[in-house]
Amino acid sequence: MDLFDILLSASFWAAAIRIASPLIFATLGELICERAGVLNLGIEGIMVAGAFAGWMAVYSGAGLWTGVAVAMAVGMLFGLVHSLLTVPFGLSQHVVGLGVTLLATSSTYYAYRLALPEVTSPPKIAAFKPWEIPLLSDIPLIGPALFSQTPLTYLAFVLVGVVSVVLYRTPLGLALRAAGENPAAVAAQGLSVTGLRMGAVIVGSGLMAVGGAFLTMSAFDSFFFEMVNGRGWICIALVVFGAWKPGKALLGAVLFAAFDAAQIRVQQTSLGADIPYQIFLMTPYVLSILALIAMSRRAEVPAALMVPFNKGER
Amino acid sequence: MRLEPIANPGFARSTLPPVLAIATTVVVASALAMLAGANPFAVLGLILKGAAGSKFALLETLNRATPLIFTGLAVAVAFRARFWNIGAEAQLYAGALMTVVLGTGALPWEAGALLPVLALAAMLAGALVLLVPAILKVRFGVDEVVTTLLFNFIFLLFISLLLEGPLKDPMGMGWPKSERVVAEARLPRIVEGLRLHWGFALALIAAGVVWVIERRSTLGYEMRAVGLNREAARFAGIPVNAVLIKTALLSGGLAALAGFSEVAGLKGSLTLDLSPGFGYTGIIVAMLALLNPLAVVAAALFVAGIFVGADSMSRAVGVPTYLADIMLATALLLMVLAILLTRFRVVRE
Repeated sequence: MDLFDILLSASFWAAAIRIASPLIFATLGELICERAGVLNLGIEGIMVAGAFAGWMAVYSGAGLWTGVAVAMAVGMLFGLVHSLLTVPFGLSQHVVGLGVTLLATSSTYYAYRLALPEVTSPPKIAAFKPWEIPLLSDIPLIGPALFSQTPLTYLAFVLVGVVSVVLYRTPLGLALRAAGENPAAVAAQGLSVTGLRMGAVIVGSGLMAVGGAFLTMSAFDSFFFEMVNGRGWICIALVVFGAWKPGKALLGAVLFAAFDAAQIRVQQTSLGADIPYQIFLMTPYVLSILALIAMSRRAEVPAALMVPFNKGER
Repeated sequence: MRLEPIANPGFARSTLPPVLAIATTVVVASALAMLAGANPFAVLGLILKGAAGSKFALLETLNRATPLIFTGLAVAVAFRARFWNIGAEAQLYAGALMTVVLGTGALPWEAGALLPVLALAAMLAGALVLLVPAILKVRFGVDEVVTTLLFNFIFLLFISLLLEGPLKDPMGMGWPKSERVVAEARLPRIVEGLRLHWGFALALIAAGVVWVIERRSTLGYEMRAVGLNREAARFAGIPVNAVLIKTALLSGGLAALAGFSEVAGLKGSLTLDLSPGFGYTGIIVAMLALLNPLAVVAAALFVAGIFVGADSMSRAVGVPTYLADIMLATALLLMVLAILLTRFRVVRE
């Protein structure tokens, strides 16, 4: 099977969309934070926490959607910690973000060990099943890729639209973007920069956690250590690649996932057998760096990203 | 709420917040220990005893602190210039890799000649690994946080590739592990019979040297200026990009010494679990030390103590060792807040 066959196979595109889904949630979450002016490096840990919380809730008897809600709530809790320290107190977003990642990851692992002290292989849950959309899922190539995915994937795509509309078509979105570009102007309008930024970080963190939950509740059906494996950092690269715009970020995530799905398939060909598997595993990270380089000159970084705002200060 | 600088902070103002931060961390740890069904006083006591309760425990803590001093210094130097090197883990492995490549018989020299060469070669390797993100930053404006983070993943896979290929120990029973370095490439123990190698002494020397560079050299002055305000530094005629590159080389070299010291002093060979995240923990060490090179030593001892203590506590009462990581994350977040509150007061509007 050569590359051309791979690109024309329905299972390849279905896999690409599946791989893209958690990235879409988390990238949207990070994008919301950054648009309001806050870099959220807690993303990696929050995804771990979301992956565990959603899965654990379902394992303990909750429904799947309740599990998603639990994951989101846990993510928002870590978002609250992050935003409290970075927004009103204006502490270093780098340090706090990495601290939140460490806190979220270690408390997740601690909770896992307490909840399941004696297991060697993690138990499975009944994860989300694909919803076949009638008629549409019968279209060749596009059908299996776009219309027989799990509901969380559909939710991810819908959210891209929702976030776009909110950001660009509502007063809230305008205020949020202004908080990331020119916070003094927002304050002059009588709006609370602190409130807007904290809200953005809390909601954004919730979405990151849902991205993590996708891994344990839709892509796989159990939780294991190191499962997020740098996806959070890749999402930060995707936000830059997408020039802080939801639509472009979606495109970036799908493109990235397509590369990832392709490398898995090339690995299994005769060509791939001669190349060490580590080279394939490196490609997502290398691609992210290349994407950052490609976009570096054109990117329109929110002007007040990483700049704390202390009212009354000039 | 609003933050207002305090002109002359009194004694209470400058000591109370950090003390409260540590106290809160202890309370959080106790609560988590209780959640695990253990007696919190017993858990904290066991951590203390495991970290410093015996000669063996103390030496173990010093050994564990050694790589953390190096990575802590690496992060402190970089963060001082506001160059966000989150890639100390990759640079550590670069140093370890160089030590193994040159230390397994390639250079037929006496220990006195071989060890300095290995250390310098390791530093060079680490510096080169960080040079790439540094160039990407100054040349293309690519954010170094993401690139250094992603480099950790790439470099660890690269090490894995080498350990399963060209560097694989033929006698390793199939484990991905390098050959052992020759006897001349082993750092001797400081005192015969005590399990503590010269890597620890080297770490102390490194802390002193970095302190001198930061406080007494032009580069140190420029690094601080670039860290305080990049635009102002540029306006004052400081070659900002050159300073960032030099900072990166120094930082990468320091982190690589951690890898050199772990291989030459402790493990003797390179494996994929050489570092249980020393590069990342270096960030906590540096922050707890407020980026002061001498305080890095104290912070590394504290952090190492918690890890070693938690290991031995976990063996005794079965509370997961992740308690140590939670304590450190909590301490880090509360400490940065506490330090802010020693200089600012919160004003309600």
